[in-house]
Amino acid sequence: MTSAHVTLRGVTKRFPASGGGPPVHALGPVDLDIRQGEFFAIVGPSGCGKSTLLELIAGLLPATEGRIEFEGRPIGQEIPDGIGVVFQEDACFPWLTVRENVEFGLRKVALAAGERARRVNDAIAMMGLGDFARSHPAQLSGGMRQRVCIARTLVAEPRLLLLDEPFGALDQQTRLLMGDEVLRLWRQIGATVFLITHALDEAAMLADRIAVMSARPGRVIDLVETHWPRERDSRVVERADFGAVTSRLWKTLREESMKTMGRTPGAA
Amino acid sequence: MRLYQFGVIAGLVLLLEGLCLTGVIDKITMQPPHRILIDFFRLMTAGTLYPEIGKSLANVLLAFALAYVVGLVAGTALHGYRTLRETLDPLFATYYAIPVFAFYPLFIVIFGLGDGPQVLIGFLLGVVAVIVTTLNGLDRVPRVLRKTARIARLGPLETALKVTLPFCSPYLITAAKLALAYAFIGVIGSEFIMARSGMGYEISYAFLNFDNATMYPLILLILLLSIVLNGMLTHWEKVLLARRGLQ
Repeated sequence: MTSAHVTLRGVTKRFPASGGGPPVHALGPVDLDIRQGEFFAIVGPSGCGKSTLLELIAGLLPATEGRIEFEGRPIGQEIPDGIGVVFQEDACFPWLTVRENVEFGLRKVALAAGERARRVNDAIAMMGLGDFARSHPAQLSGGMRQRVCIARTLVAEPRLLLLDEPFGALDQQTRLLMGDEVLRLWRQIGATVFLITHALDEAAMLADRIAVMSARPGRVIDLVETHWPRERDSRVVERADFGAVTSRLWKTLREESMKTMGRTPGAA
Repeated sequence: MRLYQFGVIAGLVLLLEGLCLTGVIDKITMQPPHRILIDFFRLMTAGTLYPEIGKSLANVLLAFALAYVVGLVAGTALHGYRTLRETLDPLFATYYAIPVFAFYPLFIVIFGLGDGPQVLIGFLLGVVAVIVTTLNGLDRVPRVLRKTARIARLGPLETALKVTLPFCSPYLITAAKLALAYAFIGVIGSEFIMARSGMGYEISYAFLNFDNATMYPLILLILLLSIVLNGMLTHWEKVLLARRGLQ
């Protein structure tokens, strides 16, 4: 778990301003090495460019400056093979059944019919959706719909799994359980996971390493290693050193969040 | 249809029946509904107007199909070209203030006295409604679904066919309902003005000759066709919306 799976060097993103003003400097420069098979999380204040960073790695957005490599190949405007993304918003296709939604993930994957069916069945079973394979998303709860999206991503067997606040719309109890699910899947599929979250405890519970981003334009200002064992679940929050991790994250993030809110760091 | 809705319609028909039978509405103006029904079955079993009915329906179908396909393709294409769309928006906004029927003589000069001008009017009336409704539906496709299509490495055509158009299928059914209604209005209306055949011409001819036994059954036929076809589309729309938990 030491070689770099994803490398970012001087990655910067500026968006053109509406109304002819100067471009908005949203992100960077960012330098990062995400290791093969690790669970990597990013936390940062609102609007710091976390989701932009994820979209750059996914190939959904082009970087203004800098270079991103996945498995040694540069990421351009093409979506690279082997990347899966789970978004915060409900991305289920409402006109398709659960099974059809999951099968959609294999649309561009050349597979024999038997193998295709096996993978779809496995992904549905893995996410505990076996009884709902013929249901439409409207018949499912928010958590179940998010599991459909995860199953659709996993069915293509991605080597890099990008999670953009995937539990943002869920209640705390479901978030914890989904966190356990994600940890279990991460161990099972062996993919590198890149998680964007605004929840410090979620990042601390799930990740091997956590990057803290500054207020806009987002840069990495701290990198925290958790040293949790690979075999872990949400009970990691009971560990004595869990508080030290979240405290360090909060200490760095508090100042940045205050900058975002236009307040002076250090003020009570 | 719910029982109370059926009851309201049945009540109105009975009221009309009563008004006709008591002479409040005179026979020259309108036949009582039961008489219209008898004439309708007589006309349908005789089959003498089948060629006229067939010609009108073929033209309605052609105008509908053209308006729908062209509108759908144009709407989808325009959605990707913001500048062109913004240029055409004022035209779309004021389009239905233009009396398309006023151009009928021009269409006859260009296309002759055949079915062309009638189909063209049906097409012109419907196509913009389909374009606007398609654009309206495409505007509502969540960004996350487009991103999901990109992650699945779908090209623009595949994204349109597999993601964006299926998402806005309820809007596309609304577009079909509008195109169908406008196709009927355009074709039958044009036949009224200058044609020498078709249901519109037959209704107009019967009207000028006080032939209520032909005029009202033909009007009833047009009504029934419109209601049945629209009812089918509405049912389909409800099924799609129900699947999405919107009914």
